[in-house]
Amino acid sequence: MKRTVPLLITALGGFVLIIAYFIPRTQGWGEIAAIWFDVLASIAFVLGGGNLIKIHLKKVSDHKSGWGYSGITLAAFIITLSIGLGKIGVNPNIQFPTHEWSGSYREIGTPFWWLYEYVFKPLTATMFAMLAFYVASAAFRAFRAKNIEAILLLGTAFIILLGRTFAGVALTAWLPEWLSGLKLENLTVIIMKVFNTAGNRAIMIGIALGIASTSLKVLLGVDRSYLGQSKE
Amino acid sequence: MYEFIKNIDRRWIFLLMFLSVSIPILLQLQFPEKATDLAYSTFDIIESLEPGSNVLLSFDFDPASEGELGPMATTFSYHCAAKGLKMYYMALWPVGPQMIDDRIDMVIHSDFPDMVYGEDYVNLGFKSGNEGVIKVIVTDFRELYTTDAYGTAFDDIPMCQDIYSVQDMDLVINVSAGYAGTKEWVQYAVTPFPDKIKMVAGCTGVQAPLLYPYIPDQLPGLLGAIKGAAEYEMLVGERYGLQDQPKYLEGIRRMGPQLVAHLLMIFLIIVGNVIFFMDKKKEGQS
Amino acid sequence: MKSSILRLAIALLVVVGCGFAQADGPAPPTDLTASDHPWDGGSNIDLSWTLSSDDPGIVAFYKIYRSLSEAEVLKLNSDNRFKAINHAKHEATAAVFADAEMKGLSKSEPEVLAQVRIARQSAVEAAINQVNAEIEAQDSEQYKFLTVIQPGTDSFTIEKLVRNNSYLVKIVAVGGNNVESEPAVLSEAVIPTRQEFDGSRFSLMLITLIICGSVVFYIRLARSGINLKVRKIAGLEAVDEAVGRATEMGRSILFVPGIQDMNEIQTIAGLTILSRVAKTAAEYDAKVEVPTSRSLVMTTARETVQAAFLAAGRPDAFNQDLIYYVTDEQFGYVAYLSGMMVREKPAACFYMGAFFAESLILAETGNAIGAIQIAGTAMPAQLPFFVAACDYTLIGEEFFAASAYLSGEPEQMGSLKGQDVGKSIVAIIMIIGVTMLSIAALVGTDAGFGMALENAVRFIKEIILT
Repeated sequence: MKRTVPLLITALGGFVLIIAYFIPRTQGWGEIAAIWFDVLASIAFVLGGGNLIKIHLKKVSDHKSGWGYSGITLAAFIITLSIGLGKIGVNPNIQFPTHEWSGSYREIGTPFWWLYEYVFKPLTATMFAMLAFYVASAAFRAFRAKNIEAILLLGTAFIILLGRTFAGVALTAWLPEWLSGLKLENLTVIIMKVFNTAGNRAIMIGIALGIASTSLKVLLGVDRSYLGQSKE
Repeated sequence: MYEFIKNIDRRWIFLLMFLSVSIPILLQLQFPEKATDLAYSTFDIIESLEPGSNVLLSFDFDPASEGELGPMATTFSYHCAAKGLKMYYMALWPVGPQMIDDRIDMVIHSDFPDMVYGEDYVNLGFKSGNEGVIKVIVTDFRELYTTDAYGTAFDDIPMCQDIYSVQDMDLVINVSAGYAGTKEWVQYAVTPFPDKIKMVAGCTGVQAPLLYPYIPDQLPGLLGAIKGAAEYEMLVGERYGLQDQPKYLEGIRRMGPQLVAHLLMIFLIIVGNVIFFMDKKKEGQS
Repeated sequence: MKSSILRLAIALLVVVGCGFAQADGPAPPTDLTASDHPWDGGSNIDLSWTLSSDDPGIVAFYKIYRSLSEAEVLKLNSDNRFKAINHAKHEATAAVFADAEMKGLSKSEPEVLAQVRIARQSAVEAAINQVNAEIEAQDSEQYKFLTVIQPGTDSFTIEKLVRNNSYLVKIVAVGGNNVESEPAVLSEAVIPTRQEFDGSRFSLMLITLIICGSVVFYIRLARSGINLKVRKIAGLEAVDEAVGRATEMGRSILFVPGIQDMNEIQTIAGLTILSRVAKTAAEYDAKVEVPTSRSLVMTTARETVQAAFLAAGRPDAFNQDLIYYVTDEQFGYVAYLSGMMVREKPAACFYMGAFFAESLILAETGNAIGAIQIAGTAMPAQLPFFVAACDYTLIGEEFFAASAYLSGEPEQMGSLKGQDVGKSIVAIIMIIGVTMLSIAALVGTDAGFGMALENAVRFIKEIILT
């Protein structure tokens, strides 16, 4: 029963939406389903938030390794939530000056804006910027001319790395006009447009068919392992 | 030396990368740019619009990718404002509105103070639902957007009164860092309405290879990462005389560190392969 | 002299004559008919007409208008009223202020403000009366200009109409000097209605039926006992090895199901692999930790792992606190995972689901701590990073095949075979398209065979595949 009901809902929802795509009368149903999902996911936020507090409080109280980080997580969670929900420090909207909560929490100068501008923004930008360091270390370790394919890959990498900067232009600027196709910046465009596009299309077609087949398996109840086990 | 490089602690590589990015920044190293066809076509499409045309700017990125996408978003805003286009800003990412506010502040408030909110530009803000939002607004804006980002009713905004759907836009400009972004705009807006919706985009470096299959039919213009932004900045700068305004040259400025970082990567790959072949040789000998 | 006067008079007559002819404009189009567009959602009308007798000739283009619906007229009137009121208020205020300025009075004087109030009131009343009078005087039918049509065209489809509303249509021919003909007006209103099937999606339905049908067909075939084989996938073979190694080392297993929610099929595919990982871990008595970035994924993953432990006969070993929510924020999640990996040093890391920029950060951190790493994703942009930094990577469709591969169930294998049929169809269409276009390019597309081939490809592309 615990598995049959979700399977029935999945199958019914999935097939109805597939058919609805072809029937004008029911074409709005997909949007309704998407809204239902958003509502469910929003309610699940509460579940997630509760779980976060529980797990980290437990870590702090048990003094597990890294419990200090849990303390910071909890403090950040509570501070941001209360400032955002309580609209602390927000000026009222000009149209409704007597209503304290009528202003926008994103307004420049508010505590929430401050948290966003000076904490959230630099932190996320830092995490993203770390990619540059990891790319360098991964390239050093992984790019090895082990066989013909790897050599081709290496050659392509060099062309793209050079062609995407002024170095590529400067290195092959001496090539005459009739050989302009061999200039690194032009070779980069050819590689991206022809070889990359062809390869990507093949992968995309495979993925699209994989998605269709997996979705069908889920709808038909053939694959129910995501619900916990392969057979009832 | 061989042993040191072979078993190098990756923190040395991190240090090299740090230096290769920070030194060009400190020395303000800059190189000339040469625009590619895609940058030209992006520039030409916007340039060919009549003043007063409607342009939807969807800024689907966040602070994390602002370093890569911020410069092109700024230049897109400048180009549209300088052409006298009506700008409708929106975002599919929760922090997109902040990206929009930054551009409005940086470009419109400072360089086009005569532009009027609601008549020349409007910030429609963020709507959750990713591609679901696109699917709805391609046929009906009002179903999702009842107000702008500040709570003014959609129909009370003069420039929104004649807008029913994305099909009423003369151009869609999307700046995207991933999902939902350019791919979804192409799939759910341009593909179903190829004659009515025209789009150009700017995206991160990793996304660019995935968008090439859509060029040129569904996506006639694409700016890939900082390189694309720098080329576009150069074209807009030449046309509108922005060569002495640093805020519109951010992409070109950032290409300096990028060049040195790319050279470092090539150097590292070569060193890695030298070690690899020396190892192979040693194995062969033993 | 006489002859020159005569010539001038003739020339004048010709010019004036032409002028009159031009001023009359071209002859109007005739026989305008309209009908509901078949097989649609009720938003289109098909028009057809007989060309003006001056086409080809002096007709430069046709202009098409449609009547406004009742709701549109109401909205238009309300907009006009709103604009007129605002304008009147503005004008009245400006006039009072200008007068006050001349008298040397401040704008904030109570006397001036009172005058503003009175002036505004009367101005607003006058504006409303004027607009209402204009509305009264309006024609019963109001038309909206739609588009311009090239000469020689005798049909058009009007789109974006409101279902079940009645519309009148008029069309005028416009001459070279912008003089319009008499309009051809539809004699009877036409109503766009909704049909039960969207005809423009027929070919898509056919393709869906063929691909889904072949999947279902092979699933049935597999159930009947036909033996189906699937090639070896190294990444999936290594799942047990990775779990075994973690057990030997006495360290935990980290499973990351991507950063998307349960409506993403990659997350579901990732959880099917989690089911197998958890079952093997339960058998080996290893610890599996699943931090998630979505609350719904957390609850589903708990169900998955609990059932896997049950299937392994170890329900008592299940600890739901090991499957927990971290944050929806992409880089917050990555920061947590990186910190956790460095502190706890899991022996095996699985990255199965939808990943974005975080892929390389996770895989490099995992590499630094010496974990055996297996990744699987259908995000093409992230595949190179996983391939570079992980021990095994499931690329695109391999990732979706994992469930069938790991379970070995015949019906799941059948679905893979059905997928191959889809691939064959795609390959055949691609070969046909490429061959036709290549031949067309060789023989020339200006006329004849080449043009026919190009049109056929356009038909496949724009009608069948759209």
